Amino acid sequence: MTALRPHAEDQYADELAQLAAADDRPRPPGWKLSPQAVVTYLLGDGAKITPKYVGPRRLMEVAVSTLVTDRALLLLGVPGTAKTWVSEHLAAAISGDSTLLVQGTAGTAEEAIRYGWNYARLLAEGPSEAALTASPIMRAMQTGTIARLEELTRVPSDVQDALITILSEKTLPVPELNTEIQAQRGFNLIATANDRDRGVNELSSALRRRFNTVVLPIPASADDEVDIVARRVAQLGRSLELPEVPTALEEIRRVVTVFRELRNGMTEDGRTKLKSPTGTLSTAEAISVVTNGLALATHFGDGRLSPSDVAAGIVGAVVKDPVSDAVVWREYLETVVRERSDWRAFYRAARDA
Amino acid sequence: MPERHYGIRHHGPGSARAVVRALEEQRPSILLVEGPPEADELVRWVGGAGLEPPVALLGYATDDPRRSAFWPFAVFSPEWQAIRWAVANGVPVRFFDLPFAFRLTDPGTPDTPPAAGPPAGVAPGAEDDTRGESGDTPGAAHDTPGAAEDTRGEPGEGDGVARRRPVDPIGELATAAGYDDPERWWEDVVEHRGMPAFEAIAEAMGAIRESAPEDPEDLVREAYMRSVLREVRREHDDIAVVCGAWHVPALSRKVAVKDDTALLKGRKKAKVSFTWVPWTYGRLASWSGYGAGVRSPGWYHHLFTTGADVVPRWLVDAAGVLRAEGVPTSSAHVIEATRLAEALATVRGRPLAGLAEVTEAAEAVLCEGEPLRTELIDRRMVVGERLGGVPDDMPAVPLAKDLAAQQRAVRLKPEALEKVQELDLRRDMDLARSRLLHRMRAIGVPWGEPDAARRGLGTFREQWRLRWLPDFAVQLVEGSMYGTTVAAAATAKVVEAAGKAQSLGEVTALVEVCLLADLADAFPPVLAALDTRAALDADLEHLMAAIPALARTLRYGDVRRTDVAGLATVTSSLLTRICAGLPAAVGSLSDEAAKTLRGHIDGVHQAVGLLDEAALSERWFGTLTSVAGRAGLHGLIAGRLTRLLLDAGRLDSAEVRRRLGLALTVGTPPAEGAAWVEGFLSGGGLLLVHDDELLELVDSWLADIAAEAFDDVLPLLRRTFGSFATGERRAIGDRVAGGVRTTGEAPLVLDHDRAARVLPTLAALLGKEIG
Repeated sequence: MTALRPHAEDQYADELAQLAAADDRPRPPGWKLSPQAVVTYLLGDGAKITPKYVGPRRLMEVAVSTLVTDRALLLLGVPGTAKTWVSEHLAAAISGDSTLLVQGTAGTAEEAIRYGWNYARLLAEGPSEAALTASPIMRAMQTGTIARLEELTRVPSDVQDALITILSEKTLPVPELNTEIQAQRGFNLIATANDRDRGVNELSSALRRRFNTVVLPIPASADDEVDIVARRVAQLGRSLELPEVPTALEEIRRVVTVFRELRNGMTEDGRTKLKSPTGTLSTAEAISVVTNGLALATHFGDGRLSPSDVAAGIVGAVVKDPVSDAVVWREYLETVVRERSDWRAFYRAARDA
Repeated sequence: MPERHYGIRHHGPGSARAVVRALEEQRPSILLVEGPPEADELVRWVGGAGLEPPVALLGYATDDPRRSAFWPFAVFSPEWQAIRWAVANGVPVRFFDLPFAFRLTDPGTPDTPPAAGPPAGVAPGAEDDTRGESGDTPGAAHDTPGAAEDTRGEPGEGDGVARRRPVDPIGELATAAGYDDPERWWEDVVEHRGMPAFEAIAEAMGAIRESAPEDPEDLVREAYMRSVLREVRREHDDIAVVCGAWHVPALSRKVAVKDDTALLKGRKKAKVSFTWVPWTYGRLASWSGYGAGVRSPGWYHHLFTTGADVVPRWLVDAAGVLRAEGVPTSSAHVIEATRLAEALATVRGRPLAGLAEVTEAAEAVLCEGEPLRTELIDRRMVVGERLGGVPDDMPAVPLAKDLAAQQRAVRLKPEALEKVQELDLRRDMDLARSRLLHRMRAIGVPWGEPDAARRGLGTFREQWRLRWLPDFAVQLVEGSMYGTTVAAAATAKVVEAAGKAQSLGEVTALVEVCLLADLADAFPPVLAALDTRAALDADLEHLMAAIPALARTLRYGDVRRTDVAGLATVTSSLLTRICAGLPAAVGSLSDEAAKTLRGHIDGVHQAVGLLDEAALSERWFGTLTSVAGRAGLHGLIAGRLTRLLLDAGRLDSAEVRRRLGLALTVGTPPAEGAAWVEGFLSGGGLLLVHDDELLELVDSWLADIAAEAFDDVLPLLRRTFGSFATGERRAIGDRVAGGVRTTGEAPLVLDHDRAARVLPTLAALLGKEIG
């Protein structure tokens, strides 16, 4: 039996061990590495440590510094900008444990954030510490590690506010037992939220104030993005056991270009302005379009990634709203794609798709 | 020490503070400052109340104000502080850089001083050349299009790339210290320490200059500096020199007098004038050609004016900015932001939190990751909005002089009394007047207002109401920031407006301004803006409304003989967008909306005809065909489209008859059918008179209507036909009564004698024999 996806701290255990061995800077209490080493772990050092996040160094420095000042960290960004990925690796590097995770949903209850009860015991013995079931956040407080909360803005507002005491007083009262759980040094919280769906359950300003916000941007340059997509597609392809497809780089570049141009509302040469569709067109979606195209090419095509394999995926990713997005896409096809002489095949495929 | 050289970094607050402290200690009897010697006279204004930094020295060739340069000063500029100290203490001040007059005549060097600063960021340190930063300031703005001799053409940046100092001194030092960002190094080592050691900097510069290749431009300037220094030494013992750190080693170097004279020999002086003009931090930061400027004048201002608690005070101010915009920001926010800034500085190993740290802390805590708020702080605080002031009795700015010259040239005197002026644009003088008036309006000096009432049919006639108000003097000074001539200022202003324009309509108006005021240089950016707005404007009607005017200009040009190249591309891309968007825009329309859209479709259709380009018409008709075939279209639109396609020969009469019949059968609600007919026949009934085929269509349809349905249709038909002119209705009636059925061969009988009678008149009109 092998896990489909190992935890960050297991997959990169070697790198973490190496960094810890070489790390001679002061470590904040409860931290497995010094802040500088955590930043290195995330961004790579160009040699043995692979980059986990490709993007501006300053963002990672702000994120790590935030956790040093014992403020909670809120990672914001459109879907697919590696928020969860960063939070997992931060937790793995700082606490060596990225598993204390609460997934925020519209149905997340207060028990998931504070504690629940083992009702059999509660009935048999009455309220006691043994009858308490700890939430991941409570366990993180007890052990002085990093807890993670995914999709914070999807959690109903009243449940969100249960975090306020935890974050400001660093304590979790248990009125039923007339006691409290005090957070140990090293405890902190990383939350992620998606700013596209803003307003689903906007954070109350009292809670907002407890977080430092880091906005993870869309990759700055086309080359960065092609690099990210190519790397992730290769990793995914390996874990899904898709056969290697010969040089798909050209198609990847095309997908990335289309996504970037529509997302930025401007062609890469900066000459033509475009309308942006309603979808987010994140890097993650580009990755899935390419992976999807690979699967198509492997199982139903000639084994080479061709424009028609990605065209359908792209149209599906771009046209989320059948009315307005269709106009945007048609305008893009006719004004931009059509003019590019080496995009002929893609133009035809996209028109038919 | 009798003579001291203070090597500074332009616009460095640390340097400024240190210079004042050093002067206080030294108490020299004369102060030499790097700057144009022609401006010596203007130093006396510095102590006065009216002159508020940021201000700039503006130098320009007296006979040609287009050739100009700016030397900006902020309150934190070391030169400004040094001059202020000198004026306050009664110490004479001399500018001792190469005279601006030399540069204007020197054939080898462009009159724009080199933008010495390599990449913008390095500049403040590397940039010991105020002139370099300033000379190219508004680049395009005071580079008038078409100025024949003004070959530099490019705004400062081009110059900067071409003529940069061979070595970037601060960059070298920073690399040696292991910093990748030279500016940050300078901040850490010099500005944040508060008190730079002048000797140490001079030494470092000396070491770099020893091995670096020299810029010939620098050598000439330094030769001049040395010769002034020699002259001053004869009269004074206690000399203080404030100049860019780069020049310090050259000043103390021993050079024979004759070598310097040789370098300076044979230079002619042009006649130049200088004045103070107000400046802004925004312009100091990044405005157009000012590549070598400081990126964060507001931050430097803060560093210079705030003694202790730099970071908390900055963040408190930032919180204030946010609160003023209605963003609730508590003291707790400021506390956390300060902690984060300090933690960041520690993680990065910097001695003190700098601009990067406070900005990121503000972003993460105060702005909660909201880019708009970050931008707000950046604009209000990091750059700042401070505007300098100049006393009222300051000599005039070049823009005003240029205006005066042009007013003389076109014989149009500014008068306080309102006066009406008729212009006939076919005459060159009037055309020039019209351009001048339009340009003044573009600059924001509404000296003349076009009289809308008389703007009727003729394109060659214009009527203006002229009136000169005293406030215009102030507006001229403001306008002078955009350029030194009327044309340049108008161009810069229009380009700026195009960049800021929110709607397509605004940009289309600017296109018109460009044409009216003949701002050829503003045209490409305005067209680019038009393209941009067209791409972003989701409202198809805006796009459609913009097309007819563009097509007309494109087809006929105008009486002003404007060059309209470039317009074609924009127009055709606009049309492409319309074609892409039209199918979506015609669905589910109310009666009102359908009416407007029909008007727009007609307009675009005409425009397409005017453009007369096969590919475009093909696309347009292709779109119309596909749209017209759709079910569920509003009757008015469907009818109109069918008509347009019929006229263009895209539909044969059988198909048109089918569609007409379809629209007018029982299955269609009567109102819908009436709309169809209205759309189909609108534009007058004459067509029915002259187009037998069409008349027969309608006639046969009418005849085919069942008796009981006829009662329903009658009112609708009356509505359509009622809008036709009486004569048309009668003519239609006559033709129907006269038996349209017999058509096929039109009764074309020409009375040749009567026709021949008009020929002489025609010949006279056309000016050629008709025979």
